[in-house]
Amino acid sequence: MFSNRLFNIVVPIVSVLLGLIVGAIIMLFFGYNPIEGYLALWNGAFGNMYFFGETIRQTIPLILTGLAVAFAFRTGLFNIGAEGQVFVGWVSAVWVGISFDLPAIIHLPLAILVAAFAGALWGFIPGFLKATRGVHEVIVTIMLNYTALYSSNYLIRNVLSEGGDRTEPIAETASLRTAWLSETFGYSQVHWGFVVAILMAVLMWFLLEKTTYGYELRAVGFNEHAANYAGISVKKSIIVSMMISGAFAGIAGAMEGLGTFRYIYTHASFTNLGFDGIAVALLGANTALGSSLAALLFGSLKVGSLRMPPLSGVPSELVEIVIAVIIFFVASSYLIRWVTLRLKKGEK
Amino acid sequence: MKNKLLLMLVALFAAVLVLGACGTSDDEDTTGDDTPETETDGGSEEEPEDETEGIGDFSVAMVTDEGGVDDRSFNQSAWEGLQAFGAEHNVERGATGFDYAQSTDAADFLPNLNGLVQQDFNLIFGIGFLLEDAITEVAANFPDRQFGLVDSVAAGDNVASITFAEEQGSFLVGVAAALATETDQVGFIGGVTSDLIKRFETGFVAGVKAVNPDIDVRVEYAESFSDDQMGRSLANSMYSSGIDVIYHAAGAVGLGVFTEARNRIENDPEAGVWVIGVDRDQYDQGQQGDHNVTLTSMVKRVDVAVHEVANMALAGNFPGGEQVIFGLEEDAIGVADTNTEAFTDEIATAVEEWKQRILDGEIDVPQTDDELEAYLEAL
Repeated sequence: MFSNRLFNIVVPIVSVLLGLIVGAIIMLFFGYNPIEGYLALWNGAFGNMYFFGETIRQTIPLILTGLAVAFAFRTGLFNIGAEGQVFVGWVSAVWVGISFDLPAIIHLPLAILVAAFAGALWGFIPGFLKATRGVHEVIVTIMLNYTALYSSNYLIRNVLSEGGDRTEPIAETASLRTAWLSETFGYSQVHWGFVVAILMAVLMWFLLEKTTYGYELRAVGFNEHAANYAGISVKKSIIVSMMISGAFAGIAGAMEGLGTFRYIYTHASFTNLGFDGIAVALLGANTALGSSLAALLFGSLKVGSLRMPPLSGVPSELVEIVIAVIIFFVASSYLIRWVTLRLKKGEK
Repeated sequence: MKNKLLLMLVALFAAVLVLGACGTSDDEDTTGDDTPETETDGGSEEEPEDETEGIGDFSVAMVTDEGGVDDRSFNQSAWEGLQAFGAEHNVERGATGFDYAQSTDAADFLPNLNGLVQQDFNLIFGIGFLLEDAITEVAANFPDRQFGLVDSVAAGDNVASITFAEEQGSFLVGVAAALATETDQVGFIGGVTSDLIKRFETGFVAGVKAVNPDIDVRVEYAESFSDDQMGRSLANSMYSSGIDVIYHAAGAVGLGVFTEARNRIENDPEAGVWVIGVDRDQYDQGQQGDHNVTLTSMVKRVDVAVHEVANMALAGNFPGGEQVIFGLEEDAIGVADTNTEAFTDEIATAVEEWKQRILDGEIDVPQTDDELEAYLEAL
């Protein structure tokens, strides 16, 4: 019989394969060569050290936003607000990065911690409203995304710079980039954030799977009433879960602020890191390891797609279609699950 | 069991095909606009014989900003310029001719530029001022390559900075506005306060006042390039106060201005409100029923500029380290005359006259507040 565990592994893999097949069909349909297209995609993501570095760079924030959404989901919450939490984390990290003069050993961790705290605060609001007033977190987090976007733009223009559309770069002591790492990866934008991302993935796994507290948080996700009956404080759990989730997304913002860009610029629209995090978590079956792998997949698809037009003539939007199809199939896994179960029954 | 699994896969595949069909209609829409000219795209397999008779081993590429290559504006125009360059020299799209890389995010600028450098393109354009930092960094790393930056000025001996004399075009649409207004009140809506948008403003005011110094020009800034609601409310307040022509230099904020004007025309076909578009001919934005509210547009021919600089580089006189300003003289700035009903022959003739006077050096269009003040006093 298909165990749940096996199923959780099979569904994403099949979905990815189907997504790539659909992408190939579309390329054929429009007169492009799918082999050339995918070869360009592969070379664009892993072709040499430079592009491999860029792929890692793109994967880092996706792991963290994926963890944020996955963590919330495991505790029964939908965090659509990772996008906004990324913004507050990014602004806070850059603020610490440019305003303080500290040795690197304190400066860098401080910047990341402040970003995590800012993200947690942004997660606290919907958590608190849900716990005390029963306001659905989806509505609140969506609204807070816009609040975060426009507030951060305001802060950049009026507080962190003098009417400019970007801040000055952060101090070297807060930077996640080092000359050695950049050099190894052909002067790409890669930075040490991947260590942070991996640590956070391990932290999430440990917290959820190996601690009593994590079990309590999950219990609330399974059944609020049962959890309440078992003596778990549901309200507190909801708030804490949203805050931890927000902290992960806040750190994702810090990765952009301290690693990739080392400053923050005014955004005309969302970064999509938070929304992609939802896809990452979905594909990763809401586990730490799964989300990390899914983030790597999406990171390489996104970076690789940049090389598709020049190398093969295929528009880079094709990858958006592939990603959409993958999500579509993962989301319809319920249907697949149902069909398999029916087939199984018929067998017996 | 195996058979059933297979059956399942077949069923899924059918779903895939249906889905694929859905996806394509969507896709057609996005690729639709650029396929007519780029019909050759599909057959981008390099034809080596072209290489020899065309432009030798010279190749040119561009990196879009977040708008992408089919944004119906800036980036698309630049890409059309490269296509024209390719057509002129009979080279195909690809690594030996001309090509583009598309950015969806600011983090993509560097990988795109570096990717094109690795593909050995000789000249690489960054389209839009957002790429300034990225171009500066890559140009410093590869001093033997040539780079072009559109709409901003970057440091580096191997970077040609392409800017436009927007004040000239704004002056001419100011002339048109002055002739079209019936209430003797016109408005200007700028995006974010900056030296760049200032040039649009001063040129426009100068053009209006040149025709009739008594016309009132109200100037507002949205402090955004994306907030179309803001554009709508500014336009609403302007039209309500009696202004009948608004010139916007505010990107997507301008879409709100168009919406407001179209709504007014829909409610009252005799409302007589007009919008002047910017950067490209925004005629299609102004259509409301049988009526079109787009009086004219200040057209920035990014394609002309990109084409020209590519030709300069090919001929060996690449303007590295210089700022190249494209204006009326180069035909890189123009005034759209699509809406013949509103943009009458009378207006067209007047605009042509003033254009000649600018070309003859008779008028030096002001670019700053101080210059504008001096200009107005001399009237």
